[in-house]
Amino acid sequence: MLMLEKRPTPSRFWLYATPPVAVILTMIAGGILFAAMGKNPFEVIRTIFWDPVFGEFAFYLRGQLLVKAGPLILIAIGLALGFRAGIWNIGAEGQYIMGAIFGASVGLAVFPTESRWIFPVMVVAGAFGGWLWAMIPAILKTRFNTNEILVSLMLVYVAETILAKASTGFLKNPEGMGFPGSRNFSSYPAAQNGFLYEPLGLHWGGVAALVTGVLAYVLLTRHQAGFQIRLAGQAPRAARFHGVSPARLVVLCMGISGALAGLAGMFEVTGPAGQISIDFNTGYGFTAIIVAFLGRLNPLGIVLAGFLMALTYVGGEMASTNLGLPDAAIQVFQGMLLFFLLAVDVLTNYRFRLAVGAR
Amino acid sequence: MTRPELLRVEGITKAYPGVVANSDVSFSIGEGEIHALLGENGAGKSTMVKMIYGLVRPDTGTMTLRGAAYTPSKPAEARRLGVAMVFQHFSLFEALNVAENVALGMENPPPMRELAAKIRAVSEEYGLPLDPSRMVGDLSAGERQRVEIIRCLLQDPKLLIMDEPTSVLTPQEVEILFRTLRQLSSEGTAILYISHKLEEIKSLCDEATILRRGKVVATCTPRERTAREMAELMVGQALKTPERRVGAKGEVALGVSDLSVESPIPFGTSLKGISFTVAKGEVLGIAGVAGNGQDELLLALSGELKAAADKVRVSGQPVGDRGPVDRRKAGLVAAPEDRYGHAAAPDMSLVENAFLTAGVRKGLTKNGFVDWAGTRKFAEEIIKAYDVRTPGPDVAARALSGGNLQKFLMGRELMQGASVIVINQPTWGVDAAAAAQIRQSILDRAGEGAAVVVISQDLDELLEVSDSFAVLNEGRLTKPRPAEGLTMDEIGLMMGGAHGMEVAHHADA
Repeated sequence: MLMLEKRPTPSRFWLYATPPVAVILTMIAGGILFAAMGKNPFEVIRTIFWDPVFGEFAFYLRGQLLVKAGPLILIAIGLALGFRAGIWNIGAEGQYIMGAIFGASVGLAVFPTESRWIFPVMVVAGAFGGWLWAMIPAILKTRFNTNEILVSLMLVYVAETILAKASTGFLKNPEGMGFPGSRNFSSYPAAQNGFLYEPLGLHWGGVAALVTGVLAYVLLTRHQAGFQIRLAGQAPRAARFHGVSPARLVVLCMGISGALAGLAGMFEVTGPAGQISIDFNTGYGFTAIIVAFLGRLNPLGIVLAGFLMALTYVGGEMASTNLGLPDAAIQVFQGMLLFFLLAVDVLTNYRFRLAVGAR
Repeated sequence: MTRPELLRVEGITKAYPGVVANSDVSFSIGEGEIHALLGENGAGKSTMVKMIYGLVRPDTGTMTLRGAAYTPSKPAEARRLGVAMVFQHFSLFEALNVAENVALGMENPPPMRELAAKIRAVSEEYGLPLDPSRMVGDLSAGERQRVEIIRCLLQDPKLLIMDEPTSVLTPQEVEILFRTLRQLSSEGTAILYISHKLEEIKSLCDEATILRRGKVVATCTPRERTAREMAELMVGQALKTPERRVGAKGEVALGVSDLSVESPIPFGTSLKGISFTVAKGEVLGIAGVAGNGQDELLLALSGELKAAADKVRVSGQPVGDRGPVDRRKAGLVAAPEDRYGHAAAPDMSLVENAFLTAGVRKGLTKNGFVDWAGTRKFAEEIIKAYDVRTPGPDVAARALSGGNLQKFLMGRELMQGASVIVINQPTWGVDAAAAAQIRQSILDRAGEGAAVVVISQDLDELLEVSDSFAVLNEGRLTKPRPAEGLTMDEIGLMMGGAHGMEVAHHADA
């Protein structure tokens, strides 16, 4: 009989081997899926993983990688801090939307200013919007012991409703001839999040993502707050003994993840998306959950994972336009990645043992 | 007196991955004999009796019961052949009454009324009063143990195994239990008695088999040996009795007045009006049967449970409304009983665990950043001073044996130069040599002027280290008394005597 046995100490080998093994298993299982759909699995895998970086259109697609990876990384790092502490913010998508609405609203309110202070103020407003939206589940949890998973998730749908209202109502472009959607920030230079270096797809959001990765890494490994986050996740009673207030930690972690998600939304709507529209959000807030785990909840790992996930996004889009693969198949493929990651992850703390006749 | 042989165990070996629990163990028990299986934690006592009870199968070796080969593959088979066992941890349903609990342990329970009558009969016969219709949830630990014993006795066992039965009993309850066991023995039931409490074994047992690291190191007749001789056989080395440096008692360092706290633990015991003071250089021992508010008292003193400011004073400073960090700053350190998950984070390294409580007093943070190099140095100092067996300070806490981790955690609190030290179960699960070392360090800190509170269920330990002595009973603390000159009888009465035992053994009275 095959048995799982807890390792005395976590395996360092599997800690680092898990993500690549999970990627390979996803390619195999995904290949089988694509083959069953009548596509050539090798072609699909090549389109997703190879073409965006080295293929014919790589000069354009490479830039797209950071554009997509930036918000994923930014959101995932915030989520990872909470996940490390055992605080499950599942509603980053809602905080992302609210950050975009707050940031855009501030900019659009003073249209068409040319002040160079407007963009920094919008950044702050975006972070505040996400923070505010995350405070709802945080305070409900600390006051009434509600489940933050459910509340934050439900608030995504509330945020989507507000977004619909914004793009058809209070933020609607007065010169938009009745079409839904706000003014486009590409024609509003002072408030626009333009490319700093276009070939790499670098805008302020990308800069923020990379800087946040380093800061979060330092926070977790060197700072007392990072120690408390890790401690609370691993041993909640020991954390209380250490002197961590669980309520304050909930507020801190939800606040950070909400603010980072809000920032991501603000950078997205004023940059690549260009305007507030009903469906400017593309599920980054949910995909970031996968990215956080794919990166082992380690900020530097998340930076790498963000690029990998961006690759499946960009490559997936290519596969769906060039090879006629449905979007749902790409989403299944991305879901498989998380599935295999969590499955292989068991080997970090457990090992298989052949038990012969023992009881 | 030679007795006909009941059970013979020969050459039993049982290995688990990475550890040999029993190696070539042989002994025999005569009918009606009270046989002690003696050894430290981890010596292999529990594995041995689990094999006799059919819970674990030996790798090699044979057992014979009344001359016939005995290879129980499950406890039901062992019970059928007349082997019964009372576990250290009870398996009772709190929401069911006594008779229902007993019925659940039987293969073919008789109708309830008949069973209740039987329980009454057995409990009277053996001086273990027990009302079959009472809810188990309302019973004391001693009474719960009686349910387990009566459950066994109803099967009319030939061999009764008892695993550390006295750890949950008051001295009076122990006395009553021993009378019952002697009565059983005189009727021909053999008893395999597992313990590390040597005085008990001297007064109760006919023969003893001493295990050390899974091997039989000696057999002896306990009455003919001193407790010290047996302890040294158990430990394999000479034992030092802790020395106390008598210092002059100073001013009050810890003052607790009328402290009442609701228990945060489900089915926990709330603290009710606790008052005591501990002076500099004094050790206050707090005894009590497990579950009478010990965990809550530790939480209330460490700062995990808060109260009004003036309920707890450290060196005159009110800290009752402060959390653990402020209390450590004020000079109070605490060591909870549960090592895995409360006193330590099992998956974190010893360095990180050193930071867990020592960060404040050892100044291991700068501007909010952790001084990991300094913390590592402190962890290494603890490892050295307390002889912690570990490959290094980066090992996860859960990889250490219980005793070694306890040494590390005791060192962590005792090496912070605190003025008030509160410890719950300082030597629980620690071998005798290490326990002696921990007690010595506690006395040393007191000698240096620290006020110490030791909460423990081991009365011998408390009498060894305490200057004053109090008992927690259902969340209330008795008035502390000088420990010197206290007898076991007096302590027993402070602990509430024998719960519901007034009528026990009325024939002997």
